[in-house]
Amino acid sequence: MFSYYIKLAMLSIKRNPVLSALMVFAIALGIGACMTTITVNYLMSNNPIKSKSDVLFHVQLDNWSPFNAARDPDQPPLQLTWVDANNLQKAGKAFRQAAMARSGGVIQPENPDVKPFQDSFRLTYTDFFTMFNVPFIYGSGWDKQADENAEFVTVLSRRINDEVFGGENSVGKTITIVGQTFRVVGVIDEWHPVPKFFDLNNDDFGEPSALFMPLSLKLPLELPSWGNTNCWKSPEGEGFVAFMNSECVHLQYWVELKDASERDSYLDFVNSYVNEQKELGRFPRPLNNKMSNVQEWLEYNEVVADDAKMMMWLSLMFLLVCLLNTIGLMLSKFMGKSSEIGLRRAVGATKRDLFYQHLVETACIGLAGGLLGLVMSYFGLQGIRLLYGEFADRLTSLDGNMVLLAITISVFATVIAGVYPTWRASSIAPAGQLKSQ
Amino acid sequence: MLGTLEMGPIIRSLTRNKTGAVLIALQIAVTMAIVLNAVFIIGERNDLIARVSGVDEANSFQISSTGFASDFNHMQTLEQDLLDIRAIPGVVAVTTINAIPTSGSGWSMSLQTESGENKTDVGTAVYMVDQNGIEALSVELIAGSNFSENEIRYRDGNQEGWPQNIIITKALANDMFPELDYAEVVGKTVYINYTEPMQIIGIIDQLQAPWIGWNKLENAMLSPEHIASGDFSRYFVRTEPGMRDDIMLQVEELLAKRANERLVEGLRSFEEVRERSYSRHEAMIQILFVVMITLVSITGKGIVGLASFNVNRRRKQIGTRRALGASKAQIIRYFMVENFLITTFGIVLGMAMTMGLNMTLVSVFELGRMNLMYLPLGAICFWLLGQLAVFGPAIKAASTPPALATRTV
Repeated sequence: MFSYYIKLAMLSIKRNPVLSALMVFAIALGIGACMTTITVNYLMSNNPIKSKSDVLFHVQLDNWSPFNAARDPDQPPLQLTWVDANNLQKAGKAFRQAAMARSGGVIQPENPDVKPFQDSFRLTYTDFFTMFNVPFIYGSGWDKQADENAEFVTVLSRRINDEVFGGENSVGKTITIVGQTFRVVGVIDEWHPVPKFFDLNNDDFGEPSALFMPLSLKLPLELPSWGNTNCWKSPEGEGFVAFMNSECVHLQYWVELKDASERDSYLDFVNSYVNEQKELGRFPRPLNNKMSNVQEWLEYNEVVADDAKMMMWLSLMFLLVCLLNTIGLMLSKFMGKSSEIGLRRAVGATKRDLFYQHLVETACIGLAGGLLGLVMSYFGLQGIRLLYGEFADRLTSLDGNMVLLAITISVFATVIAGVYPTWRASSIAPAGQLKSQ
Repeated sequence: MLGTLEMGPIIRSLTRNKTGAVLIALQIAVTMAIVLNAVFIIGERNDLIARVSGVDEANSFQISSTGFASDFNHMQTLEQDLLDIRAIPGVVAVTTINAIPTSGSGWSMSLQTESGENKTDVGTAVYMVDQNGIEALSVELIAGSNFSENEIRYRDGNQEGWPQNIIITKALANDMFPELDYAEVVGKTVYINYTEPMQIIGIIDQLQAPWIGWNKLENAMLSPEHIASGDFSRYFVRTEPGMRDDIMLQVEELLAKRANERLVEGLRSFEEVRERSYSRHEAMIQILFVVMITLVSITGKGIVGLASFNVNRRRKQIGTRRALGASKAQIIRYFMVENFLITTFGIVLGMAMTMGLNMTLVSVFELGRMNLMYLPLGAICFWLLGQLAVFGPAIKAASTPPALATRTV
C-alpha cells in the first residue's frame, strides 16, 4: 500500500508542478535559513574537549582593587598575574597543570629561501600537551627540566613546520626565534579546538598558536604579551621585571584533576594560597576565587555571539512563515483535488486511507524540501564565510549531526504543516462532490 | 457607495472560509514583525557605521616595522624613517603611533580630576604620538597648544611614569569637567595612576578610540611619546588627496630597503582598518536585507497563490455576478477589498508581534527600543504589498466570461 501511495504522491506532484515546486522551495528556504544559523550557533557553543570537560578547570583568583570588582557583579579578573600563575604551577597540587600566555615575535628560518616573519607563540608548561590531548605528528612535548631550566625548545604547529621545514620531520633541527636558537622537540598535527577554550581573551575561534615554548622563557627573553593585559594599579618601578611582579593580569592557568570530585579540595588549596598572600599584603578583596570546568568556562565567557543568537531566532520565525505558506498552498492543492477525493471515497476508500495517502504526499514534499534546504544551507554557510571572513572559517562546516537535524526538522515540520490540509482533504464528503460532476 | 455595500457579502464569504484568510493574515503578521525589526536593526547598525573617526579617512594609512637583527638601532631607525617618509612628495604629515583609531586594539587608562585612590575616574584611549600627530591624524586643535618637538620622549619601558603634558578630545574634556566650557579645561591638571599629575595643554575637536563597541568611544588623549619597545614602531601617514595608494607603495619600498634587519608589515589604508572593524555589522546588514527580501517575496507569493485558488473556486459565482450585470471593476474591487480586510487583520496582529519581538530583543540583546513611527509606515507597506499581490488574480477573475454561469461544470 505504501508504494502505491508514493506512486499517487508522485502523480499528484507531477500534475501540479508549479505549486509543488513552490512548496518545496518555500520549505527549502526556511530549512536553509534555519540550518545556516543553527550550524553557526552549534559550532560556537561547541565543547571542543568533551571527554575531559569535567576534569579540566580554569582557575581565577581575585587579586583586584579594594574599591572595584574586576568585572561586575563582584567577579574576579579573567586572568592571573605572573607571580600567582607561577606559584600555583610550582606547588604542583593538581594531577596536571599549565600556566600559559600568548606572545609572539619574529621567526627566522635557517633556510634562506623562507623570509623571516612574525607570528604568535603560546608560552606554557609541558603539561599543556597531555592535558588538552594535543595530537603530535613528530616528537612530543618538552620534558619537565626544560620548563625548570628555561631551555630553548619549541613545539611547532603543523602550519609552521610546513612553511619552514617543508613538512618533514624537524625534530632535533634548529630555528631562530626572537634572535635565539631553539631546538624543535615536536610538531603537532592539525589541532583547532573550536572555540579556543583555553584562552578566550581574544580571537575565540582562531588558531591556537604558531608555536609553543616554555613559559619560563618569558622573563629572560622579555617576551611581550600578545593577549590582553589588565591592571588595577601600575607596576611598582619601571621595566620588564617590575611589570612581571605587578598586579597586572595576563596569564591563564588550567589544571587537570584525576576526578571531578577533587574540585573542592583543589579550590581549598587555592584559597589557602591566597590567604598566605594576604598576609604578605596582597589580595585586598574578600576571598573570591573561582574554578570552572570547560563547559562552565565557555558559558561564563558567553562565547556565542549575540548576532548569531539573534539570527537564529529570526530564522526560526522565517521557517514559521515558510510553513504557514506551505499550509496555504497545500490546502489549495488538496481542495483542488476535491472531486478526485470524492470519487475515491465513493468507490470505497476510507477517510483513514485518504488521510494516510495525503500524509505520504506531504512527507515527500517535506523530504524534497529538506534535501534542497541542505543544499541551500551549504550556500548559506558559504555566504556567511564570505561575509565574515577568517572569523567564520571554522564556524561554517556542516557535520553529520546537522544533516540529520535538517532532514528531521523538515520532514517533521512539513508533516505538522500537512496535517490540517490532509485532514480537510480526507473529510471531503463524497456525495457533494459527485453531485456537481 | 458601492464599496460599502459590498462589505457585507465579502465579510460573510470570508467567515465561511476562514482558514485561507487566517493563514495569509498570520503570514503577514510574522513577516511584518521580522521585517520591521530587521529594518530597525539595519538602521541601528547604519548609525554605528556612519560615525566618523575624526581622522582623514580617505587619505591615511598605517605601516609598521619590527627590527630583528641583533644590532638593530631602533631610535636611529625611527628618526630616519620619519625623515624619509616626510620627504616623499605628497606626504602631508607622518607620526609614530601606538594604536589606530577604530582598529580594535589599543591602550586605555583612567584619569581622575582629584588625586588619590577610590576617586571617580573616566576611561580614555591613549594615543602616543609626536608633535606631528595632530596634523597626521587630521584633527583640529580647538583650544590650547600642540606638543613641542623637544618634549617628545621615547617610551621603551624604562622611564618613570607619564609625560607631563597631554592633549585630549573635547568629549573627554566634557566628560571630566562637565561644568566647564572645553576651552577652560586647558591648563587643568588631571591624575593618571591615581596620583600622577598631568597637565592638559590642548583640546582637539574629535578623535575616536580604537574600540568601536566602547561606550566611551569619543574619549581619547594624546601623549607626547614615541613608542619604542620591542624594536617595534608603527607609522601613521596622511597624504594629499588621491595620492594615498601611490605613497603606500613608496613607503613600503622605502622601509623594506633594510629587510635583512627588520620586518615591514601591516601596510593598510585607514579605510581598510575601519572596514575590518565594522565588517561584522556590514555582514549583519547584508544578511538582514536578504532575509527581508526573501520573506516579503514568499508572503507575496502566498497571497497570489491563495487568491488564485479562490478565483478558480469561485469562477461560477463570478460568472453569475457578471451575468447579472456586475462590471469588471466591481469584480476586481471585490478581491481588492477582500485582501484589504485580510491584510488589515494581519497588520493589527503584526503590530503587536513587532512590538513583542522588539521588546524581547531589547531585553535579551540590549537593542534599542523601536520608534513607534515604524508601525504605521510598515502598515502602509504591507497594505500596498497585499494590493499588488492580489491585483493579478483579481484581473484574471474579472476576465471570467459571464457565459460560464450558464454552463454546468
